[in-house]
Amino acid sequence: MASHSHSLGGPSRRQRVAPASRRWGHRRDAGATVTRRGFIGKGAAVLAGAAGVAAALSPLRHLSPNDIPTAEKFFQKHYKEMTPEDKQAVLERIEREVANRHCAIADVQAHEPLDGVEFLYALNLSRCIGCRKCVFACVKENNCSRGPEIQYIRVLKMEKGSIDVETSDHHYDPSQVPEHDSYYMPVQCHQCANPPCVKVCPVEATWQEPDGITVVDYDWCIGCRYCEAACPYWARRFNFAEPTIPRDELTTDMGYLSNRPRPKGVMEKCTFCLQRTRRGRLPACVEVCPTGSRKFGNVLDPDSEVAYILKHKRVFVFKEDLGTLPRFFYYFDERGSRYHEPIAPVAPGGEA
Amino acid sequence: MKRYFSFLWQCGRISFVGGWRYHTWMTVLTILSLIGLYAYCQQLVHGLVTTGMTDQVSWGLYIANFTFLVGMAAAAAMLVIPVYVYRNMQLYDVVVFGELLAVSVIIMCLMFVTVDLGRPDRFLHMLQRFNFPISMLTWDVLALTGYLLLNLHICGYLIYCSYCGREPSKAFYIPFVFIAIVWAISIHTVTAFLYVGLGGRPFWNSAIIAPRFLASAFAAGPAFIILTLQIVRRYTRHRVNDDSLLTLRRIVQVAMIINAFLLGCEVFTEFYTDSAHSASAHYLFLGLHGRSGLVPWIWTAIVFNLVATVLFVLPASRALRTLNIACILAVLGIWIEKGMGLIIPAFVPTPLGEIVEYVPTAHEIMVCVGIWAFGLLLYTVFVRISVPVLAGELTHEKRYGEPARRVQGVQSS
Ligand code: SF4
Ligand code: SF4
Repeated sequence: MASHSHSLGGPSRRQRVAPASRRWGHRRDAGATVTRRGFIGKGAAVLAGAAGVAAALSPLRHLSPNDIPTAEKFFQKHYKEMTPEDKQAVLERIEREVANRHCAIADVQAHEPLDGVEFLYALNLSRCIGCRKCVFACVKENNCSRGPEIQYIRVLKMEKGSIDVETSDHHYDPSQVPEHDSYYMPVQCHQCANPPCVKVCPVEATWQEPDGITVVDYDWCIGCRYCEAACPYWARRFNFAEPTIPRDELTTDMGYLSNRPRPKGVMEKCTFCLQRTRRGRLPACVEVCPTGSRKFGNVLDPDSEVAYILKHKRVFVFKEDLGTLPRFFYYFDERGSRYHEPIAPVAPGGEA
Repeated sequence: MKRYFSFLWQCGRISFVGGWRYHTWMTVLTILSLIGLYAYCQQLVHGLVTTGMTDQVSWGLYIANFTFLVGMAAAAAMLVIPVYVYRNMQLYDVVVFGELLAVSVIIMCLMFVTVDLGRPDRFLHMLQRFNFPISMLTWDVLALTGYLLLNLHICGYLIYCSYCGREPSKAFYIPFVFIAIVWAISIHTVTAFLYVGLGGRPFWNSAIIAPRFLASAFAAGPAFIILTLQIVRRYTRHRVNDDSLLTLRRIVQVAMIINAFLLGCEVFTEFYTDSAHSASAHYLFLGLHGRSGLVPWIWTAIVFNLVATVLFVLPASRALRTLNIACILAVLGIWIEKGMGLIIPAFVPTPLGEIVEYVPTAHEIMVCVGIWAFGLLLYTVFVRISVPVLAGELTHEKRYGEPARRVQGVQSS
């Protein structure tokens, strides 16, 4: 650090510094010269060092004010420790932020899980045609970043006769779907009952709710991406940059643990649209699916469609060997699949 | 207390004093660190998009370097064990260099973890809701900070005693030395468990990772210390006898052989079984579906490691020049193997079979170089301070007891 460069210590500095030298009286003394020059050198080095540090820190002037945590944000409690009043204050703060940044009036709520409900998802592989309508509906509903693109659902085009995702095509783009000799397997968060992502989080920023939904507190996550490495279904997405959402496409019905806008540097994931499903609506992907491949409901209710599917269909879970116990089941139709010729009239109540 | 402050003051003072080589070296390191800081500030502003990481490959160079450095930190233990456990006093005078290396390396580790965080401003959340003992990352945080404190205490105490010119009292450091030895093993093991515990990543999910970590760490660490001692020997008046270097050589020798053996075991399991689970290994060693970004890296590492192993085994490496070459090859080889070779391939292909290659960006590299430079800067300062103090050239007595005499020897070194 102590450079001997004298370029910054011009003559005026020399005059100012020299009398301070303890050996002023012995100018001929070699040691004294070294000391004096050392002093100038030091001055120059300190200046150069300070300039260097200032230059190195200079990008920080572009830091957006939103990135600098206010005291309120800095001391915000973990979601599970918040009292109802705390929650109210935080929700109002978020509404203000949305108003400022997205010029929209949002209704942000902390939806509580419903008693006696455990959500379950079932997806009919015989019917899915790979149109990716669910992907778009999900992005829109959940206010996912459009640039860089964040999508919770990935639809894989699979080779017929194989369930190996390694031979799948993630970026199929034909003029028309479905294509011959392939089937489609959409993958999203499986809301595991034994979720590896929750286990690894060092700060408990992600956890499983009583209704089976694994959520992330975007105000608590430190962005270490350990959960992303742990998830076997590649269901987590990280905000590598500030997310962008077109102003007129914002979904203003928001949940604290789900689709409120996220800051950069935190993890996010599918939440089974809890802002909808905890109020009795269907997830956006289920609602939009044109083929009815997607089924959703409360598995604790024996009359629900998903309970029926679980009982009567040939269901399977993806990567069962990992012991994650997904709440997301795939199934095939025995009859009426788009791969078969239509069969004679279906017995009433026979096919879901 | 006053004496302690005078010690700190002297440490600070002396780190700015040295010959032109020292100054050039330090200036270069400072400039590199500042460039790294600059790149990091940009990362703070724009987010981690400035790096080459993606949702597919979500850990990159930062974690790779972190992993390698955790290994290096164990070097201290490899020096301490022979001295205190086997009373092999040849290494006694170099133990402190090993521990100082551990201190600077752990600081680098913590910096690498910090730059990898998306929200470093929330690090306090670690204290408020610490997911212990479930999350392996919390274990790692504890292990690393603990190891840092232990080593800081041990070498700080020894150096301070030397500065005061008194015998260190055994009760104040010997127990910590033994704790530190166990702790050194634990930091690797815990870091290995960080990866091993993830069932969704078959490349990591293998019990051999932790032993491989230990073996490679016990090779890279002492190899690095050999290099340091050669420099200390050459440019300062500190005496390092050949015997300590040769003892270290023996440690590296054995560790390199074990490391090569374990690597062989792993390669056999992956390729002979040839199950779908070996896709990552295929990608690493041979390339997968035409993508082969890591292939040149890993083969370079393997060649380096093999050449180094052969050199270490041959009597030729008793010649110090050959020894240096072997050490440099070993450190570089293990750096690639532990970093690029262990972290990145686990993400390729993704759990959904997508192949996205990872290429670090210039920003990311600048941050890494910056942290390395800062670490070297720290280590240089530590060595700079400890050499004259341990040699008894800079003591409280000499500095303040006899004000007439300046410590010329130190300045001209
Ligand atoms: S699918 Fe992944 S993100 Fe979803 S709960 Fe399971 S491990 Fe967590
Ligand atoms: S990225 Fe966030 S949610 Fe994921 S493990 Fe790290 S702190 Fe937890």
